[in-house]
Amino acid sequence: MATAAVSLAPVQKTAHARFFEAWPPLTIAALAWIAGMVATALAADVLAPYPFTALDLKARLAPAVLLGGSWAHPFGTDELGRDVLSRLIMSIRMSLLIAFFGTMIAAVLGTTIGFVAAHFRRVVEAVVLMLIDFQASMPFLIIALSVLAFMGNSLSLFVVLMGFHSWERYARITRGLTISANEQGYASAVRQLGASSLRIYGLHVLPNIASTLIVSMTLTFPETILLESGLSFLGLGVQPPLTSLGNMVGYGREYLTRAPWIMLAPSAVIVLTTLSISIVGDWLRDRLDPTLR
Amino acid sequence: MTTPLLQAAELTRHYSVRSGAWPFGRTATLRAVDGVSFTLPAGRTLGLVGESGCGKSTTAKLVLGLVPPTRGEVRVMGETLPPAGTARWRALRRSIQMVFQDPLGALDRRVPVGDQITEPLIIHRIGTPAQRRDKAVATMAAVGLKLDHFDRYPHELSGGQRQRIVLARALVLEPKLIVCDEPISALDVSIQAQVVNLLVDLQAQLGIAYLFISHDLRMIRQVSHEVAVMYLGRIVEQGEPDSLLAQPAHPYTQALISAIPTASTRTRRGRIILKGDPPNPIDLPSGCAFHTRCAFAVARCRTETPALRVMADGRRVACHLADTNSPRAVA
Repeated sequence: MATAAVSLAPVQKTAHARFFEAWPPLTIAALAWIAGMVATALAADVLAPYPFTALDLKARLAPAVLLGGSWAHPFGTDELGRDVLSRLIMSIRMSLLIAFFGTMIAAVLGTTIGFVAAHFRRVVEAVVLMLIDFQASMPFLIIALSVLAFMGNSLSLFVVLMGFHSWERYARITRGLTISANEQGYASAVRQLGASSLRIYGLHVLPNIASTLIVSMTLTFPETILLESGLSFLGLGVQPPLTSLGNMVGYGREYLTRAPWIMLAPSAVIVLTTLSISIVGDWLRDRLDPTLR
Repeated sequence: MTTPLLQAAELTRHYSVRSGAWPFGRTATLRAVDGVSFTLPAGRTLGLVGESGCGKSTTAKLVLGLVPPTRGEVRVMGETLPPAGTARWRALRRSIQMVFQDPLGALDRRVPVGDQITEPLIIHRIGTPAQRRDKAVATMAAVGLKLDHFDRYPHELSGGQRQRIVLARALVLEPKLIVCDEPISALDVSIQAQVVNLLVDLQAQLGIAYLFISHDLRMIRQVSHEVAVMYLGRIVEQGEPDSLLAQPAHPYTQALISAIPTASTRTRRGRIILKGDPPNPIDLPSGCAFHTRCAFAVARCRTETPALRVMADGRRVACHLADTNSPRAVA
C-alpha cells in the first residue's frame, strides 16, 4: 500500500526546537529588555554620560543622532540643553522603582485583604466589598489628587499611593478564587487534617491561584507606569528637578513639533517595557502551571 | 466491656433554611440527620448505605467533627468529640482520617505526591523531616505506590493511583478509624476492586476500623461487618450484611436490594420500583418517613414514627410491620 506512509515513530524534536518551545524568541527578547531596564536602573549613575540636571545652554534642543545631531548628545537635548539620554536613564530608574514597589504593595495588600474577606465572610467580607466598590467607582486620579493636595508630595508617599491604585483588583480576584478553592476538595482535605488557616492559604490556596495573580500583576505593572506617567504629566507626580518617564513626556509635549526626540525616547521606553512585561507574564502563567508542562 | 472505638448517640443535624423571598418566606428546618445511633468497635467496618440526600455524608462530617451536631454526640474511644479547630480535636483527629470520593479533587495539583503524603505529619508535628520522609515512603509502599511516584504530580498518575495517594495520606498518621465517603464510586470497576481489596488487606494488617459510606450494596457487602441503611436522615435497618441482604426486613431495604443488577437469569427477583422521589427533607411526612412510597403502608404508618426495634435474629429495624413483613422478601 503506497498510501500507508504515515510514520508511527514519534517525531524527534531537535534540541534546538525544544529549547525554543520552552523559551519562545519573543519571550527571550522581552526578558532581555526587562533585564536591560533593570540593569539601567541599577547602574544609572555609571551609565549616564552627564548629570541629569546639567545644563548645556549652547546646545539647547540639539537633535538626536538619528535626526541629524551630533554624538555629544546621542538622544539630543531638551529646551534647557539637558542631555536626554542621561535624563532617560535616571527616569527609567525612577519609574521602575515606583512601578515595582507600587505593584508589590498593591499585590500584597490586595491579596491579604482578599484572604481575610474569604476567610471571615459575613461582616468582614461586606466591609471589604464596600471598600472595593468605593475604590473601583471612584476615579483614582481624584483620590490621588486629594491625597497629594492634603498631604503634600514626597516620593515615598507617591509610591504608597501607587500601591493603593489597584489593590482592589487583587482583593477581588483573591476573594473569589479563595471562596471557590475553599469549596473544592484540596482545601477542605487539608483543613480536615487539622491544618491551620495560614498553612491552607499560604501553602495550598495561594500557589493554586498565583497564576491569576501574577498575570494580574503583569497587567497592573504597566498600568502603574502609565499612571505615574499620567500624574507626572499633570505635574502631580514626580516633581522637577527629579525626572521620570511620564514627567519627561509631559514636559516634552510642548516641543513635540520642534523637538520630538524629547518625548519619543521616554514614550518608546514606556511602550516597550509594558509590552515586555505583558509578554513575560503570559509566558510565566504557562510556566507556573505544572499541569501544562 | 471495652469502650467501642466510635459511638454515635442520637446524632442529629438540622439546618435552618429559608423558603421564599426574604420578608415573606418562612424558615424551615431541614433534618439532614435525625437521631442516628451506632457503635463501631476497633478493627471492624460499618457500611452506611442509602440513596443520595439521605444524610450519609452529613453523618460522616458529624463523625469527623467537621460540622457540629444539633443534638447528640460522637464519642471516640469514650471521649466526646470536641468542637473542630480546638487543640483536643486536632489531637483526636490524628486517629480518625478521611478518604474522599474524588481523589483528584482532594489532592492539590500543584504539590508533588510525596509532599502531600508527608503533610499530615508536618501538620501534627511528628518526627524530623528525614523521619517524615521515611514514613511517607513506607506508607506509599503499603498502599502499592512506587518510590518514583514520590516527586510526581497528581495529574500524572491514574485514578487508582490517586486514590492510593489519598489513602496513604490518611494512613500516614496511623489512624484507628478511616471514614470512607464513597471512596470508589469515582473509579473504574476494575480499579474499584483493587481499592476495595487494598482496604480489606489494610484492615487485616493494621486493625483499622472503617465507616464505609456507599450506595453500592455489593461493595458494602464485601467490606462490611455490619450494614446500616439510611433513609431521610434515619437508620431504617441495621444488621449483619449477609442476613440483611438476603432477607431484608424493611420495605425500603427490600427495594434497594431488588435494584441490584444481577447477571443471572434464573434467580429473577421481583423488582420493587419505588414511586416518586424521596420526600422533601424540609417537610417530612408524618409518622414513618417512608410511608409515602411504601407498598405495605397501613394507617398506623401515617401517624406513628416507628422506632428502631431489635428483631429475633439480632438485627434492628424501624418498621411497624417488620415481623410480618420479612418473609415476604424471600418470596
